[in-house]
Amino acid sequence: MGRIWTFGDNVDTDLLAPGVYMKGPIEELAAHCLEGLNPDFAASVRPGDIVVGGKNFGMGSSREQAAQALKTLGVAAVLARSFAGIFYRNAFNLGLPALVCDDASTLEDGALADLDLALGRLTVAETGVVVACDAAPPHLQAIVAAGGLIPYLEVKFKGAAA
Amino acid sequence: MSVFSTESAQPQTLAQKIVARAAGVDHVAPGEIVTCKINLAMIHDSGGPRRVKPLLERLGVGVWDPDKVVVVSDHYVPAVDQESAGILKLTRDWVRGQAIKSFYDQQGICHVVLPERGHLAPGHFVVGGDSHSPTGGAFGCFMFGVGATDMAGALATGETWLRMPETILINWTGALGDGVSAKDIMLRLCRELGMDGGDYQVVQYAGDTIAALSMTERMTLCNMAAELGGITGLIAPDEVTATHIDKAGGDPGDWAKWRGDDDAPLRARFDFDAGSLGPQVAAPHSPANAGDIADADRDAIDQCYIGACTGAKLDDLQMAARVLRGRTVASTTRLMIAPASTRITAQAAADGTLATLTEAGAILLPSGCGACAGYGAGVLAEGERCMASTARNFKGRMGAKSSFVYLGSPYTVAATAVHGRIADPRPLLAESA
Ligand code: SF4
Repeated sequence: MGRIWTFGDNVDTDLLAPGVYMKGPIEELAAHCLEGLNPDFAASVRPGDIVVGGKNFGMGSSREQAAQALKTLGVAAVLARSFAGIFYRNAFNLGLPALVCDDASTLEDGALADLDLALGRLTVAETGVVVACDAAPPHLQAIVAAGGLIPYLEVKFKGAAA
Repeated sequence: MSVFSTESAQPQTLAQKIVARAAGVDHVAPGEIVTCKINLAMIHDSGGPRRVKPLLERLGVGVWDPDKVVVVSDHYVPAVDQESAGILKLTRDWVRGQAIKSFYDQQGICHVVLPERGHLAPGHFVVGGDSHSPTGGAFGCFMFGVGATDMAGALATGETWLRMPETILINWTGALGDGVSAKDIMLRLCRELGMDGGDYQVVQYAGDTIAALSMTERMTLCNMAAELGGITGLIAPDEVTATHIDKAGGDPGDWAKWRGDDDAPLRARFDFDAGSLGPQVAAPHSPANAGDIADADRDAIDQCYIGACTGAKLDDLQMAARVLRGRTVASTTRLMIAPASTRITAQAAADGTLATLTEAGAILLPSGCGACAGYGAGVLAEGERCMASTARNFKGRMGAKSSFVYLGSPYTVAATAVHGRIADPRPLLAESA
């Protein structure tokens, strides 16, 4: 169960990972994640919470830190009507599921919801409303389950060696 | 699965065909996620070894196939301080340790060196550790840029995953006027479509204007698909492509079969007329700030720069030489030229292009990324104004945060150097004719 945090269209990589904090450690960068849209977000978000965006989530630069900041804060998944391509790749590779969800805009900020990653279904706790997303294919789910592409491959290679 | 695959009968774009081949299937629908086998991976000194080495060490593996990895040192060359020297040393040591044979050390910019040495072929699926990797699409490859984590995974396994993009077809018809080039086409497209117009889809160029362009001009189009926000640029291979690859010592293979079906589904199609296109200039701080040269300001320009993967190939140097022949660079500005590769430098020396440029007063810089992203010689001071043949003019990219970069074709940069302010190259070309 996680809290839903809604943001609008075109959330860019500078909002997710502000350029001025890029030189510092990821924890410091994460503390400023999305502060341009919601100053309370980084301090209040809890592990398991779900970020919901509109169109073109993660647009802008190719910096991996945009997805890494959300991951560092414990965000369980990002749901959006569409994603910028490089953010989409980076998110899965860093272990953050990014689910395309046509009905993302119907979700209300602050609601509690349960996400079934395998089925791509979000159930809003209070109302019981079920919102369908495009489920990530098993291969990407396995990367997410391992914590990202590198830990995923680590298991694969070490498993193969054992 | 039935042997009578109905899916293979569906019309497909060129990109779908390449990705399907790499994924080992008949058909990949847009939006479908597939795992593809990589024909080639390209990395450079900045985003390459120093970033992927620790990740590969964590995995306890080396590159999957040293013969399918090309490494180019181009960003920090030649070393200007201890830091850049250290990065280059790390690159060289790592390449040796991995037994990678295709290592081009200080030979030029990766996107130019890769096809110059015959590494690209139609139908190939290629990943590059740089955002201008779409350049490879000019050779009928599906080549796109990835970050360090992605690249480490690709190098470790020889595979990568892809969410199949759709294709945006950009059709140009008619002949380009004298003094107008591929760079002008791209700046116009940046203005028309915006920097997110490509929406991480495949940007494919077609039409008789494109067919009439040289390979290096086609490379400029695909290179700047990155500025449109496309995952890659693509041009269906033709005889021009095949001949070029052949001459570079590569193998064009079965090039004629790599074309999209006529009725393949597209995301969008745009049509443009080349005949009515004049020189374009992008004002600071975005390539999308482009417009007709007549609308550009006429304030003094401090530096003119012909360089970068987009703007310093042999064709580009020859364009500049046509404008500069018998003329001199204005005393109020400086013209710096960094040929995109050492081989281009040799060719330009052999055909007299270099002599024309240096006689006009141009200063030659080493082949590499150099001033394009503020890595090497030629950076800008506070408030300075530069006209460049590069691909990007983001704030502070070529030096001081308060500097200004204008983008234009090599013709336009050369004309600007002659006048010391932004100038249309066409009157100078007409005068020389
Ligand atoms: S020349 Fe400029 S745009 Fe091209 S690869 Fe180098 S830094 Fe990037």
